[in-house]
Amino acid sequence: MTTKTPLKLHVPQPKARPGESPDFSSIVVPPAGSLRKPALDEPHHAIREHALGMIRVLDEQGDAIGEWDPKLSSEQLIRGLRHMLTTRIYDERMMKVQRQGKTSFYMKCTGEEAVAVAQAMALEPGDMLFPSYRQQGLLVARDWSLVDMMCQVYNNTKDRLKGRQLPIMYSVKEVGFFSISGNLGTQFPQAVGWAMASAMKGDTRIAASWVGDGTTAEADFHYALTFATVYRAPVILNVVNNQWAISSFQGFAGGEQTTFAARATGYGLPGLRVDGNDFLAVYAATKWAADRARDNRGPTLIELYTYRAAPHSTSDDPSAYRPDDEYQRWPLGDPIERLKQHLIRLGAWSDEQHAALTQELDDYVRAAQKEAESYGTLGVKPTSAASMFEDVFKEVPPHLIRQRQEAGV
Amino acid sequence: MARMNMIQAINSAMDIMLERDPNTVIFGEDVGYFGGVFRCTAGLQKKYGDHRVFDSPIAEGGILATAVGMGVYGLRPVVEIQFADYIYPAFDQLVSEAARLRYRSGGEFWAPITVRSPCGGGIFGGQTHSQSPEAIFTHVCGLKTVIPSNPIDAKGLLIAAIEDDDPVVFFEPKRIYNGPFEGYHDRPLVPWSKHDLGEVPEGYYRIELGRAAIARAGSDVTVLAYGTMVHVALAGVAESGVDGEVIDLRTLMPLDIECIVASVKKTGRCVILHEATRFSGYGAELSAQVQEACFHHLEAPIERVAGWDTPYPHAFEWEYFPGPARVKRAIDKVMAG
Ligand SMILES: Cc1ncc(C[n+]2csc(CCOP(=O)(O)OP(=O)(O)O)c2C)c(N)n1
Ligand SMILES: [Mg+2]
Repeated sequence: MTTKTPLKLHVPQPKARPGESPDFSSIVVPPAGSLRKPALDEPHHAIREHALGMIRVLDEQGDAIGEWDPKLSSEQLIRGLRHMLTTRIYDERMMKVQRQGKTSFYMKCTGEEAVAVAQAMALEPGDMLFPSYRQQGLLVARDWSLVDMMCQVYNNTKDRLKGRQLPIMYSVKEVGFFSISGNLGTQFPQAVGWAMASAMKGDTRIAASWVGDGTTAEADFHYALTFATVYRAPVILNVVNNQWAISSFQGFAGGEQTTFAARATGYGLPGLRVDGNDFLAVYAATKWAADRARDNRGPTLIELYTYRAAPHSTSDDPSAYRPDDEYQRWPLGDPIERLKQHLIRLGAWSDEQHAALTQELDDYVRAAQKEAESYGTLGVKPTSAASMFEDVFKEVPPHLIRQRQEAGV
Repeated sequence: MARMNMIQAINSAMDIMLERDPNTVIFGEDVGYFGGVFRCTAGLQKKYGDHRVFDSPIAEGGILATAVGMGVYGLRPVVEIQFADYIYPAFDQLVSEAARLRYRSGGEFWAPITVRSPCGGGIFGGQTHSQSPEAIFTHVCGLKTVIPSNPIDAKGLLIAAIEDDDPVVFFEPKRIYNGPFEGYHDRPLVPWSKHDLGEVPEGYYRIELGRAAIARAGSDVTVLAYGTMVHVALAGVAESGVDGEVIDLRTLMPLDIECIVASVKKTGRCVILHEATRFSGYGAELSAQVQEACFHHLEAPIERVAGWDTPYPHAFEWEYFPGPARVKRAIDKVMAG
């Protein structure tokens, strides 16, 4: 007779809470260049170490090491740096205007700029992007107008979304940026559908989508992987593991037991785990996945390992659930600082140039703000409320015409 | 008695139920350590431990599905869906599973789940933090739907919902968490601490599901409302200057039709108010039932005041929100009829 053990429930706990010292000791940071770069046709099971390890190119000194070095020109690297800095400065400005009451809400991507910027640069202009709310860097890297983005944030007379959407829920069809949904994860399988359509039509464009670590728990994540693998869809599925989902650490999405990249294995597709604060590694991994997709070899899941330095949103106060100085202790550093250091090591950049660029971009963002505000801010010169009845359907139906008349707008 | 806002009253209800019933468990996104994005579960994990109050993965379908399983085991899960706008991924588990389990198993299995979720607009939340989807749930056989309008009701109704052996969807109008809102967005918020209904018993009490409350007695017209709109209805009645009777439904399913019918038979006039969109909104059910029961007593056609039939537009919150001016217009119209 064996005695039966009482069962126990495991409830994940982050390593540190407010008042405690940040503890990243369990994070294994492999040396740059430690993973080889596989051929595009290698089967997923032959590259399992890429889902469990971490693709890194930049070492501690800022040198590019190993097979994954994408060997970008200094011009390309400076362009990446510029886009990341623009994104950061833009975020700071918009956060400030929210605090001033000029809009209701904002979300920053501070510390995660390399993700969207390097990935946009590794893709072709025609490729379709299905982002979450934290990839504003995609728009910046596709050279989209900051004024236009700000007009959406302000819901003013030039807001292309006609005052209907919460700030930052951009939609920019001209540059292949799909309308952001407030409902987590819905875009992931939609990107797969777009990619399937592109394949059905013999097109050459691929799709990419992004979700956060927390969002991988939603069913949509699993729909995406299943459809992508079944139809070998030309799509790149990205998980931005910034460690937090509002107050819940990534353990509540299953990150305690394995990596998010390893999810790919069970579906039979390659998973790459990438140092998300390493511009070169993010670029190279994305380019590899894009080349595979273009070569009809199907989807890739990429986990971008990073840290959400910002509060979740302007409605959030992270000091209630995580140590204040976690970001300062984050073992993978800051993406802008690391690329800057690399450029300096290459002899292509200097602290003076960096300061000058920062000043230039600050002026540029301020000028954009000034122009955007000339078209109004939230509640001050919005677009006409009559537009609230349009686009519910293609044609405004009779009952909505009556309601618009009743509303007197 | 203690002064409580609606968040504290809801917290108190859960605190009491965790204390009284070891089978009560609470989980949902960010509800554990952090205590919920609206702070409704603040302090409960610390007090009862993380086997009773815990964070969940971001998967509303998973939350409802596991709640069904726990309910089948014999627990009494109280789950939070962070915003009513995010309840749709849980729809299948709620509609096809939780709601019908008792029926399909011949009474062998059931899931006494309470689904708490903040609903409604008025906070500049845009289209995915403002919805009022209650009508959809009242259409599902086997679900009960509750929407309180003040702290004292919120606590008593939530305790009754948790103790109920059927699944209950408990919507919390987030605009009135901290104080009543009459729809005058440019006036300062009056906190619940300055309101009679913010005086809440500290201990256990129930407010039975299926009983409406008369928020204001009157003889000229019956105004049916629930949640935030109870306060808007009171303001609309005041603006119109008539002696209106405002009924706070409190629970939409089961519905206290007797209370409504008695009032409409007395006043002969009826205005129905909700923030949710009008077409197939809960007002349609109310209008049908009032007409069926009171046809010969009605002096004028029933009027409905509701959100426009569009998604909730961020910048036009106040053009969209059905405020007291629209209630007054509807009252004027039925009074003229
Ligand atoms: C379906 C759905 N459920 C819940 C929410 C509320 N919510 C918004 S963001 C968020 C956390 C998401 O975390 P993660 O996926 O890690 O992305 P991050 O914010 O870290 O970029 C939650 C729970 C939502 N928007 N949609
Ligand atoms: Mg996250």
